[in-house]
Amino acid sequence: MSNIGSYEERIKNFDWSISEKELGYKAGDVINIGWYCSDRICMMGKGDKPALLWENSMGEKKRYTYNDIRVCSNGIGTFLRKMGLKEGDRVCLFMDRIPELYVGLLGILKIGSIAQPLFSAFGDEALFVRLENAGTSAIITQRKHLSKVRKILDRLPNLKHVIIVDHDPGKELRERETAFSMEAGQLENIDIFPAKAESPSLLHYTSGTTGMPKGVQHVHYSLISQYITAKWVLDITDNDIYWCNADPGWVTGTSYGIIAPWALGVTQAVLDSGFSAENWYKFIQNYKVTVWYSAPTAIRSLMKAGEQIVKQFDLTSLRHLVSVGEPLNAEAVVWSEKVFGLPFLDSYWQTETGSIMITNFPGMKVKPGSMGKPFPGIVGTIVDPETYEPITEPGKIGLIAFRPGWPAMMRGYWQNEETYKGKFKNGWYLAGDRSRIDKDGYFWFVGRDDDIINTAGHLVSPFEVESALLEHPAVAESAVVSKPDEINMEVVKAFVTLKPGFQVSEELELEIMNFIRKKLSPLAMPQEVEYVDSLPKTRSGKIMRRMLHAKEWGEEIGDISTLEND
Amino acid sequence: MENMKDVILEYVINEYAEEDDKVTYDTPLISGGMVDSFSMVSLKRFLEMKYKISIPDADATPEAFDSVNKIADLVMRFTK
Repeated sequence: MSNIGSYEERIKNFDWSISEKELGYKAGDVINIGWYCSDRICMMGKGDKPALLWENSMGEKKRYTYNDIRVCSNGIGTFLRKMGLKEGDRVCLFMDRIPELYVGLLGILKIGSIAQPLFSAFGDEALFVRLENAGTSAIITQRKHLSKVRKILDRLPNLKHVIIVDHDPGKELRERETAFSMEAGQLENIDIFPAKAESPSLLHYTSGTTGMPKGVQHVHYSLISQYITAKWVLDITDNDIYWCNADPGWVTGTSYGIIAPWALGVTQAVLDSGFSAENWYKFIQNYKVTVWYSAPTAIRSLMKAGEQIVKQFDLTSLRHLVSVGEPLNAEAVVWSEKVFGLPFLDSYWQTETGSIMITNFPGMKVKPGSMGKPFPGIVGTIVDPETYEPITEPGKIGLIAFRPGWPAMMRGYWQNEETYKGKFKNGWYLAGDRSRIDKDGYFWFVGRDDDIINTAGHLVSPFEVESALLEHPAVAESAVVSKPDEINMEVVKAFVTLKPGFQVSEELELEIMNFIRKKLSPLAMPQEVEYVDSLPKTRSGKIMRRMLHAKEWGEEIGDISTLEND
Repeated sequence: MENMKDVILEYVINEYAEEDDKVTYDTPLISGGMVDSFSMVSLKRFLEMKYKISIPDADATPEAFDSVNKIADLVMRFTK
């Protein structure tokens, strides 16, 4: 029997107080996520239980119990507090998937500061934009990423502290830099910040269509959603070995890669490495992973590696597979059922929602290719794009919308109230995606409702890439759209016009690709650069990305009456 | 072949390695996380341009790009 039991019964009787009660929380109580994920589990008598089984690509292994993560996070929190960091200060985590990243998040939350995790593959410009916007006070990083931080430090007067977790004593520390060792800094006690439900917890950055990235603000009360969704959707139980292969630089990696599993007191395994089908299967085999939360791009990459390699490993420990990040194609569901004996169940949510919203549940009939149904307590529908009224006709396409009010919902965009307000229409929160609902109530993803590019489950802003392209000396104008990709669903494609004196060449194309990769991130790098004489524009001079997008996807171009050179 | 490996190694170090990364002919590039699947596209593009070859997508696997040695073997397969 799964944790959720009967979906229909849960829908009828659901209240978020179910989660509150299980966590021993009552309205008005202190609810510090850092405490819930470590101290509380120890108080339940599980201090010696492994919380984190970690391995990297070089085969190095580490093991931390719940008591270890409790005293380590106490140490990190105290260290930050002694540096003057306090409630509401933004502290960035800029690391690979090393233990300090996971435990550091708890340490930041324990002192009431706001954790701002950023993907360690971000280039210096992407890092700068997000740190500047957040007014970040401190960044915790590794030696290998220090050069990117040093490059932008002069432009970040608010960034007072650069904390290096693996400092080489033989090397000199520069101004604002401090070394810290998590292993050496363990502390038995800390005065934990008495966070209330609405106290800020995390600031995750996500891409915007027309502006720079937006900081999505979450609060400690998000725990209520994250805990119960992990329990019922991921079906995590006390004896599981759980693996979420999302990077905590993104929301899945914090909500379901740190907070939910540790609030549930489960043992989680983490592999800090790049993709390799062999290494991933070996990891599952060696750690006897039972519940695996992965992503469509990873699953399609495993499909590409073939079925033969699966047979070389004992993967019988697996009992439940869930996917997130982008729509999971039906072929991937069928394939996983064939090779693992288990279907990957798709789940849908986003940085702004903070927790799983629409999903396929254990025990529910799976319709391969479908997103599933709303989580109990979530009022989800599709609305008409003009009137924002719910669409009741099965099969008709509309905008995915949720009735605001679930615990993990974002509380705002950082210093961007106008954009936040724009996400709500007619009493609904609009997710920015299009879908249809079939006669049985299953949602079927159709696509984005804006120009944002979803590549391998990560959102890339065309605006941010276009802006960066214009900084390349050869580029006069740019337009960025998605193009189809078998593995990543979509990838970035750039159209550029060149400045006088620059010649079209393959070398220049590669130079532009690498320029964006280093400046922003590998995700944002155009996989193709097409040189054009001019870009399609409206008479008011706005670039018509829509036309370029339609061309890439073989779609109808639609209304071009406003085209400049019509 | 040795020269080819050195050229590839130098390109990998200059383009993808972070500070303190030590890269040899055998360093795992993809599975080690130094080069991700997105960056692999630019590495493939470099190889095709440099050695005037075309590497089919089916052969451009994470395993084939996982070290300088493996990449050199791959390039040799498509070099006339």
